[in-house]
Amino acid sequence: MPGFSWNIVDDIRDMWSVPLILNAFRAGTVVAVIAAVVGWFMVVRRQSFAGHTLALVGFPGAAAAVWLGFGITGGYFATCLAAALVIALVPGGGRRGGGAESATIGTVQAFALATGMLFVALYRGFLGGPTSLLFGSFLGVSRRQVVALAVVGVVVLAVLAVVGRPLLFASVDPDVARAHGVPVRLLDVVFLVLLGATAAEVSQITGALLVFALLVLPPATAQLVSSRPGRGMAVAVLVGLATIWVALFVAVYSPYPIGFWVTTLSFGGYLLVALYRRVRPVSAR
Amino acid sequence: MTAFAVAAGAGAGIGDMFAHPFMRYAFVGGTAVALAAGLVGYFLVLRSQVFTADALSHVAFTGALAALAAGVDVRLGLFVVTVAVALGMGVLGRRGRPDDVVIGGVFAWILGLGVFFLSLYTTHRSGDANGQAGVSVLFGSIFGLSAPDALVTALVAGAICVVTLLIARPLLFASLDEAVAAARGVPVRLLGYGFLVLVGATAAESTQVVGALLILGLLAAPAGAAGRLTTRPFTALGLSAAIAVGSVWIGLTLSYAVPDIPPSFAILAVATATYAATFLTGRRRRPAEA
Repeated sequence: MPGFSWNIVDDIRDMWSVPLILNAFRAGTVVAVIAAVVGWFMVVRRQSFAGHTLALVGFPGAAAAVWLGFGITGGYFATCLAAALVIALVPGGGRRGGGAESATIGTVQAFALATGMLFVALYRGFLGGPTSLLFGSFLGVSRRQVVALAVVGVVVLAVLAVVGRPLLFASVDPDVARAHGVPVRLLDVVFLVLLGATAAEVSQITGALLVFALLVLPPATAQLVSSRPGRGMAVAVLVGLATIWVALFVAVYSPYPIGFWVTTLSFGGYLLVALYRRVRPVSAR
Repeated sequence: MTAFAVAAGAGAGIGDMFAHPFMRYAFVGGTAVALAAGLVGYFLVLRSQVFTADALSHVAFTGALAALAAGVDVRLGLFVVTVAVALGMGVLGRRGRPDDVVIGGVFAWILGLGVFFLSLYTTHRSGDANGQAGVSVLFGSIFGLSAPDALVTALVAGAICVVTLLIARPLLFASLDEAVAAARGVPVRLLGYGFLVLVGATAAESTQVVGALLILGLLAAPAGAAGRLTTRPFTALGLSAAIAVGSVWIGLTLSYAVPDIPPSFAILAVATATYAATFLTGRRRRPAEA
């Protein structure tokens, strides 16, 4: 593939002629859309810490999969979903707030990472160490992986489309929602499972540690722009897509890892919008 | 099978464990860090700021790698960066308590920056095994502590403990009922910042021992367990420190007995098991919620 020229259209054509990079773009697109939509709910529910933990839990899953010789995708999903259930079902867990709950989440997270460390130590002959599991690499996304990502993504979005309305109600005001007969507890569990699946998806592109760049920052940016659910989610998706596309483009032509570009771009975007909002507060919603 | 190996190894090895200087240094450094983490962790859980500590521990990773990439002392990078970010997050949040999105956003970016420094370090300074630096910052290298390292670690941890105990009373008041404490003339805001600095320093400190990613376990698990075992604040504070120290001792011994197990994993496994065990004791007393 030829190097970077200032002719962007040619560059993109060059880039997409390499199947590996084309796959990365496809996977990135799928992941950005799901992360933005699920992340929007997560930010509204103030469950960022749980989301972060679920993402990190993918690391031991992937490390174990490498150690035992299974596919990495399966490893990510198995542990992320399992951890989502643990957090949801532990007494007092699943719901935002409380110091005891955050202690549980924190412990789950640290222990998961330590377990990942153990698997890496057991496996020894690692390709460049656990760095790529933790910080992601966009090269090496296979066609089958893209299909798996897309299928899971569609399922997640479909479930969210079904439970979206009551979920929003339960997130904004759980007590009133419960009084109206909304199954708040069940929705909590369902949402955590969705969050687990999303975290597993995003981990495969950004690595377990940097999931936040796509899960939190685009929705947070969107909420600065609009507090209306529909428009907010749309903005979040747009910001997420822009972030991942530009990050992939830059990462292909620069020696620095994709994780750095994704986080920097999404944080930069958030900061710009936040500054703009400070200068010019929301006048009409 | 593994249990057998552990039993056999421990029986044969514990006697001469302290014959190795690196084990002695590991015990000195580990104990000091565990004490500090246990004390600070208790307030962290009480104030529901575990997420903040999580973010700061990741910041420690970036600090260490930035120092490596710039070629300055790692310890310096760790402390300067974590304490600065701790204060910065306090300023961004309300009343000295950073909020969810601010924490998440800041640390996602900081981690990305850490990766950037990692790639700078590994591409521009050959000689170090590729990626090894990042891994040891992330997961700690307690057996790699030298005598001066252990001494400095112990001194800094001691200072953290003393400061925490000195401000324990007003901090407890401010954590449990901020409004009333403020009305009584307790400098709530100042305590909030002071506490953040303590958390930052603890994170920087423990990075050398259990690694940037695993500090959270030492901070959260003992404190969580102590909170479930007793509702009396000062008993819980002591208990939390005791559990943390116990976890480090048992973990180090385990990992000495079975060399395949990384020490960080052993320490965290013990801490997590302790916390999990408190759920099984059947005492369903609601811990103090902040």
